[in-house]
Amino acid sequence: MASIAIIDYGMGNLHSIAKAVEHVAGDARVWVSADPDTIRRADRVIFPGVGAIRDCMAELHRLGLDDLLREVARDKPLLGVCLGMQALLDHSEENGGVECLGLIPGQVRRFPGGLTDTASGVRLKIPHMGWNQVHQTAPHPLWSDIPDGSRFYFVHSYYATPADPAHLAGRTEYGLGFAAAVARENLFAVQCHPEKSQHAGLQLLANFVRWNGEVPAHH
Amino acid sequence: MGLAKRIIPCLDVDAGRVVKGVKFVEIRDAGDPVEVARRYDEEGADEITFLDITASSDDRETMVHVVEQVAGEVFIPLTVGGGIRELPDIRRMLNAGADKVAINTAAVARPEFVREAAERFGSQCIVVAIDAKRVSDEDEPPRWEIFTHGGRKATGLDAIEWARRMVDYGAGEILLTSMDRDGTRNGFDLELVRAVSEAVEVPVIASGGVGNLDHLVEGVVEGKADAVLAASIFHFGEFSIHQAKEHMAAAGVEVRL
Repeated sequence: MASIAIIDYGMGNLHSIAKAVEHVAGDARVWVSADPDTIRRADRVIFPGVGAIRDCMAELHRLGLDDLLREVARDKPLLGVCLGMQALLDHSEENGGVECLGLIPGQVRRFPGGLTDTASGVRLKIPHMGWNQVHQTAPHPLWSDIPDGSRFYFVHSYYATPADPAHLAGRTEYGLGFAAAVARENLFAVQCHPEKSQHAGLQLLANFVRWNGEVPAHH
Repeated sequence: MGLAKRIIPCLDVDAGRVVKGVKFVEIRDAGDPVEVARRYDEEGADEITFLDITASSDDRETMVHVVEQVAGEVFIPLTVGGGIRELPDIRRMLNAGADKVAINTAAVARPEFVREAAERFGSQCIVVAIDAKRVSDEDEPPRWEIFTHGGRKATGLDAIEWARRMVDYGAGEILLTSMDRDGTRNGFDLELVRAVSEAVEVPVIASGGVGNLDHLVEGVVEGKADAVLAASIFHFGEFSIHQAKEHMAAAGVEVRL
């Protein structure tokens, strides 16, 4: 029977994501765990997170989950969510600068102050909070049955900038364009919260639950 | 196209039951918060806010179960306010599946609570609810003060300064209710909404006074609110959330349809 591990390292509340994954998982088992052996045993791994990156990296390290994430990232389908996406990059400028996992080359930056809407000139609030459109910049099995430009729920003040444009999978506009989704081989990560994004979010989770980690070549 | 303005229905819950008479004809039990939340989710609500007005602490545990049940079926953000006084109250609600908590009286009683909450759980889940009342005379520049206990108790705190301070302390969002307009159905206090929205960097949810769909448009266009919260116009089945969104879209407001 298929199994999905949701990594529990004390960063925020995993109830929502566990419930949403269970909702779409069918027969698959869902484990919320910090135990390396449990996570290794799972067919797929979800790496969520909310809060500050320094605490996130410190907790991962304390629990030995940073090395484990690098290990499972070699072959298992892995879905990073929100802070779990940012942690996949090389470095974040939050908390005065924090080294991250380096699984996707690039930086995490803060939305600059004084950001305005490019069309209307209206001042934009930080955090970027609410429902915004995700433009699918590359075909991917995780976008299956999700209309391009669907709205997802976001709440964040920092955003990822992948160094290699080939790793960009989705783009969102908020005063500037930022990476709403990144992908590299068996890794996929989103800045938004699919577990809070109603139909589109549940579809993305359902797609992940079925994903074998392969990305078919473009036609 | 960018970030959508949010419409947030608010449910008052007393001992696990929706109060203030939700009147949907089509649902089986209009007092069941789970059924009502499911209905709002289907209509396209962008978030749902539960205000726990339970007086006794015994019954407060009921709210935890309500949140658990709703979070298992409704996959949009959930906010819980009412009775959030200590860090364990927040942990309990987040563990039950709430995404944010709204802190009101406890912030006035001890502002440091907001800082501790934001440090512990992150600003993204800390909403500070502000109940403000106009205290200036007609011929004076407008000024609002914070009131507690349903608008009965003055605190002497200036609403704009208070909002700024709460954001400094880590509030990720402000839920702003005009006590003058609440329940009147005469529309938001737009001057208040705009003043607070322009004063802080975080999103502001306008609340208090919505009586028709134009009021929702005014809240975001004139009040510059990032989200609008309403109760009775949705509860009584006068308008669906979907109708409200179509009305806002027709007025040029970006919404999630």
